[in-house]
Amino acid sequence: MALLDVSNLDVRFALRQGEVKALRDVSFTLDRGERLGIVGESGAGKSVAAFTLLNLIAKPGYIAGGSIRFDGQELTTMKPRQLQQIRGNKISMIFQDPMMTLNPVLTIGEQMVECLKAHRRIRTRAAREIALNKLRQVPIPSPEKRLDQYPHELSGGMRQRIIIAIALLLDPDIIVADEPTTALDVTIQAEIMSLLLELCEKHNVALVLITHDLGVVSQVTQRTLVMYAGRVIEQGPTREIINDAQHPYTQGLINALPQMATPGSRLNQIPGAMPTLSRIPSGCAFHPRCSFAFNDDGSPRRDCREVIPGFVRSGNCDVACHMVRDLVENNSDARDPVEFQEAP
Amino acid sequence: MTQVMAKTAPQATSAQAGDTLVEIRDLEKHFPLSGDFLEQLRFKGGKLVRRQEFVHAINGVDIDVRRGESLCVVGESGCGKSTVARMVMGLLHPTGGEIRYDGQRIDNLSPRQLLPYRRRMQMIFQNPYASLNPRMTIQQTLEEPLRFHHPDWKTPQIRDKVAEVMDSVGIDPEWGKRFGHEFSGGQRQRIAIARALAVDPEFIVADEPISALDVSIQAQVLNLLMDAQETHHLTYLFITHDLAVVEHFGTRVVVMYLGRVCEVAETRTLFSTPRHPYTQALLSAIPRLEDDRPDYIRLEGEVPTPVNLPSGCVFHGRCPHANERCRREVPQLIAAESTQVACHAVEEGRL
Repeated sequence: MALLDVSNLDVRFALRQGEVKALRDVSFTLDRGERLGIVGESGAGKSVAAFTLLNLIAKPGYIAGGSIRFDGQELTTMKPRQLQQIRGNKISMIFQDPMMTLNPVLTIGEQMVECLKAHRRIRTRAAREIALNKLRQVPIPSPEKRLDQYPHELSGGMRQRIIIAIALLLDPDIIVADEPTTALDVTIQAEIMSLLLELCEKHNVALVLITHDLGVVSQVTQRTLVMYAGRVIEQGPTREIINDAQHPYTQGLINALPQMATPGSRLNQIPGAMPTLSRIPSGCAFHPRCSFAFNDDGSPRRDCREVIPGFVRSGNCDVACHMVRDLVENNSDARDPVEFQEAP
Repeated sequence: MTQVMAKTAPQATSAQAGDTLVEIRDLEKHFPLSGDFLEQLRFKGGKLVRRQEFVHAINGVDIDVRRGESLCVVGESGCGKSTVARMVMGLLHPTGGEIRYDGQRIDNLSPRQLLPYRRRMQMIFQNPYASLNPRMTIQQTLEEPLRFHHPDWKTPQIRDKVAEVMDSVGIDPEWGKRFGHEFSGGQRQRIAIARALAVDPEFIVADEPISALDVSIQAQVLNLLMDAQETHHLTYLFITHDLAVVEHFGTRVVVMYLGRVCEVAETRTLFSTPRHPYTQALLSAIPRLEDDRPDYIRLEGEVPTPVNLPSGCVFHGRCPHANERCRREVPQLIAAESTQVACHAVEEGRL
């Protein structure tokens, strides 16, 4: 049984202008020790997905349907008190901005001890000892000194290390990291990412990594989930998605990277922009930007415009695309990699 | 003397591509950290002492921007790349050194004398959410620079020009009546580019123009910038921290660290054979899609504070190849084969 089993999750925000469907029909599983990447552009719903895992969706947002099962327990209907036993304890979270996460008026030590005391009956001295131990694991120079420092005395990379130490404090089963390195420089990013990877492997912690950076995903994760306009459109092993993406959007995203084009030539851009969640196109949400949403004679495909595509199995990936479904059905044994063409 | 020349300078001299358009020599910028005069006074040992502290943002930078190229300046946050851009544009005044535009010194000109240069050089900022005036329609935003720089133009002529630039960046001229907040990030950046192109500049300083945008939108804006370069014969000074973009976009690259230039090279040379230890570490840290890349070079410690600069080479505290000379002596940019490197180890042949 999977450690985390998310099925058919629906999250909505009841706004004055009407309901916004932030997540629709999101399903995935996460095994113990597995590293899953969730990729998408801003507005794809990846952060909402992360927040929902810990039931951190605040009003006007609410979970409209689906289930999240962690270790056999249903999280969506759990009482807040019970949920507190899991949140931070079994599933911990790393947020994007380390300065926002740390409390500026408490020392690092106070924050770490506070976290331990909230979940365990433990003396301050013992808690400090554990905190010190965790700081040594994320190597921070002179950890004893750091415990009595305030967050503003530390650099960005150091703060993010401390956040990782706090996330590991209670030996969680899952760490959810929401864009953990977006606010950092490349050299620091590389350091933090390899640290996260190393610690997850060492302690057999599962990682849900939310990012817009396909490079980071390909370095760190084993499986990848690609999201677009609130839906999962493709999921599968990371290597397969990076090397041989099936969904036109994933292909477009990868081909748009500067490293995929010959230096100096035009980049393969995806036309248009991600739709706002209050005005999601009918059928496949990607169809207005998709260069495959046409019949052979050039007329727009009706099913792309009207029918929401279901998942089809292609290789080891699940893809939600009518065009890929046709391809898979037509040559059921041989899988034809789809050539990407620059959109007009 | 400068006044006379400034008045005659605006007509672009028909120079061939490749010669130097912008010349930055020994540029320095220090920001005072200790407030005004009264705040600097301290009572120490029974005496009033005045103590001043500075952030040494730029410490002796030499950069040449050649006509028609896209010169990329890369470095991590706090290395001074944006400060250089702002000083070239005249938005900040250098503490020391010179900036020459087309042979004419511009860093000591008065705002009025600088006016003709402002038309020839334009800037694109990082955050298109902040760089568009929220109270102006797009039409007004795009008309403003034209009315300012061409006071003799009549309204129909201005309208035509605005429609032309909107068309060239892929904005529907119908959108002119709308306000900035009605557009997405990518569209706003297009508008900001249109505003820069409106006065037909020859030199554009782009300060992280795509950092705030999504991947698929980044590609659109980069393509637009490359198209604009071709049609308007632009020269770019492109400030970014994204090395993948540099590899694609730049003709030459300047790598900066803590207010100094480490390495200047052609893009291809820099990416195939980085010489400076910092450049090597920086390049190895790019997250790549490939599976089989060598491990990245781990740097010791963090970027030191620019308030108290390290002695000698600013990079010596984190450099795996540093020796006694690196701690003592500031390395100068020297030509090493096809690149320019400021590193004692390279100079001595240790690296």
